[in-house]
Order: sequence, then C-alpha cells, then structure tokens
Amino acid sequence: MIMPEECKKAAEFFLQNIDRLITKPTRFMEVCGTHTVSIFRSGIRQLLPEKVDLVSGPGCPVCVTPNDYMDTAIAYAKNSNVIITTFGDMLKVPGTSTSLYEARAEGADIRIVYSPLDALQLAINNPAKKIIFLAVGFETTAPLTAATIQTAQKKQINNFFILSAHKWTYTALDALLSDPTIKVDGFLLPGHVCVITGEAPFSFVSERYAKPAVIAGFEALDILRAVYMLALQVQNGQAKIENAYKRVVRTEGNPIAQNAISSVFSNTSANWRGFGGIENSGMTVNAAYAQYDALHSIPVTKENSRENPACRCGDVLKGNINPTQCPLFKKICTPEHPAGACMVSIEGTCHAWYKYGQGRYHYGR
Amino acid sequence: MCLAVPAKIIEKNDMMATVDVEGIQRKISLMLLPDAKKGDFVLMHAGFAIQTIDEQEANYTAQLLKEVAQNDNA
Repeated sequence: MIMPEECKKAAEFFLQNIDRLITKPTRFMEVCGTHTVSIFRSGIRQLLPEKVDLVSGPGCPVCVTPNDYMDTAIAYAKNSNVIITTFGDMLKVPGTSTSLYEARAEGADIRIVYSPLDALQLAINNPAKKIIFLAVGFETTAPLTAATIQTAQKKQINNFFILSAHKWTYTALDALLSDPTIKVDGFLLPGHVCVITGEAPFSFVSERYAKPAVIAGFEALDILRAVYMLALQVQNGQAKIENAYKRVVRTEGNPIAQNAISSVFSNTSANWRGFGGIENSGMTVNAAYAQYDALHSIPVTKENSRENPACRCGDVLKGNINPTQCPLFKKICTPEHPAGACMVSIEGTCHAWYKYGQGRYHYGR
Repeated sequence: MCLAVPAKIIEKNDMMATVDVEGIQRKISLMLLPDAKKGDFVLMHAGFAIQTIDEQEANYTAQLLKEVAQNDNA
C-alpha cells in the first residue's frame, strides 16, 4: 500500500527528473484511449514541463472505426429480424447520415452489452432473432470475441453473429512511424493490449525506427514512471522496449488469448479513420467460423459512405493537430452533438480535451 | 475500450469464476485464463479474466515508488 504522501513524493521525483533529463522540445505519444483518459483526469499534461508534450495517437478503437462500418451496422439494425448488441460507446458515433442512437429512436432493436458473452446469452434467449455483436476493439478485446464464437460453436448456437472491426494496434504505429512528417520521440505502449500480445509485436518500434517505448500501466504514477523511463532513454540515446507494467504484462503475453485470435480470425486490410487502408491491420472471421460472420451470413445493403470533410478526426488521431485546431471543435462538435467519433467516445481525444479543458500550468513555476 | 480492472476470484466452477470487484460480485469467464485459481487476483476485461496479477511485481512496484519517494532529490 502506498500512502498519499508517498504518491505525491514519487510524482515530484518523476516530474523533477523528467524536467532534468529532457533538454529540448520532445513529443511522446500514447496509443490507448484508457491512457488518454487517465492522463487528462489526473492532470499529467498540466504537470509536465512545457517542453514535454504528450499526444494521443490512434488508441481509441471507436474513434478509428470509419463511417463505412457504422453504416453497415445501422443497415443491419433496420432489419426487423436483427437485434444489434454493442458496447455503449458505439451508440452515438455518427455514420454517413444517421447513427445507431437515431436508428434506435426509430424503432431498431439495439442493446448495450457489457461483454460479448451477454450478446451470446441474448441469442440463446431469442432463438427467432439474429443477434449481431458489433465486435470493435483492439487486441485486448478480440480474444473475447473469439472465445465467444468458439463457445457459440460448442453450444451449437446458430443465431449469433459478429460484425468485426477488430484491429491490430501495432500496424497503426507502423503506419505512423513510416510517415516522415510525423514527429514522435517515443511511445507509451498500451498496457492492456500488451497483456495479450506481449512485447514482441512492438519490437519494431525500437529495432526498425530507433524510438524508445515503454509499456505503461494506467494509474497516474504508472504513467509518470513510464514517461520518466522514456526520458532516461532519450537522455542516454537509447531505443528499447521496456516494461513498466510487469504486474500484468508478461514478456510473452497471454498465449491462450493469442491462440483464440489466430484460431477464429485471419488478417485482412482494414480502414482506419485518418489513415485509410492498412494492410493486415484488421481481423476478419476465418473460413472455419464463417457462419458467425454477419457479412457472410446475413445480406445487407447500406448507403454509400462518406466522411464529414470538415471533421479533422483523422489529423487528431495521427497527433498532427490537437482538437482545438479543428474548426468544428466546441462550436458545432460537442459530446451532445458530435460531428466525429473522436468526440463521441469517452476515450476519444476530442472528448477528453472538451471535458477536461486544455489549460496547463507549469511544474515548479 | 481496453479498460480492465483487478478482481479477486472467490469461487471457481470449471471455466467460470465468481469474482469480487471492490465489494461487488459477478461471474466472469476463465476461458482465456484457465489456470487461474481461487484466491488469485486477476485482470478482468468485458466479462473475461485476461491475466493473473503478479502480487510480487505489484509489491515491487509499490516498493519502488516508496523508495523513489524517500529519495526525492536523487
């Protein structure tokens, strides 16, 4: 147990040393919506010296899900034989002309679930309906969907389907790093993704791009400690993967979960909001489990998808701009009436900036 | 989305476990963590246990932060 006074002292130690170790403007990126929220909620951006900028990358699965996916989900929702099941975040994400929220107001049966297993239970309870689970999320969530599909097969439940938007986080990092206009000096790696994947999929960050990276937990002190470890690497001219979240992240990850992913899904090109298509970045249900793939089993016609041209979500997700530089931010785009996904999700960068403000005071001044 | 919280296994029944999360009990799946035992602290995400929390490492982190706090001008 660490006492509040000790927490405060530890935070001071990290902040003072980050200030000492970093001598020029430096940008560190986190790629996890849970990090985004934790950083804003704890005020870490305001505490860090001005020369250290923490930016959010493509770490919110809802935010990187393009309109095309939403439009497909909404089209399914309008089928009266279908019950859509989804994590709550997806409800208000705007598609091209409407959202699931509006579809529900018009009578579509859309249920919020906490777990894909709840969606499977709904399928068992409603044998006459087709239950589609909106399978959105990164490596942390994908094995849960995979295990649920395996359970459906074992129990011979034939009215359960998924619409997969599962994605591999590291592929977006690779896409970012291969873009020479993106300036990032190091990464806070997503702790709960690494719980599943282990360290190996992220080793290219240091090996190919010579950037330091630290796997970080989600408490304020976890994050400060990880930034401090990045600062040490920067000062020493190092670029390696370090693990600051060993209490749950094992070097090899969770092999059973990895196996669940590879048993049920195969890699496919996927669209990311802001990035466009990235090769092998998406997970699609493989041939052995095709009957559980909504796109394979339930015909659907959706509208032609377009993105809102004024929304700068894509640039925000790449860390190119901060939300205040988007012309829509806080004007026509608010959490009540979001124009883009980054404002919808509570883990979205725009939502966090809106909710927690962007003022900063400088440590020690 | 990748939010995951610690939970303590208070009962294990095949691939399901009853866990305690800050005083609230719920049932979660152990399909992705079949070796978890009663009494283990696990990380829980959307109805599944996804990893065992290493108490030794958790204590090490706490210890490290305490040491840092004691040497705050190191």
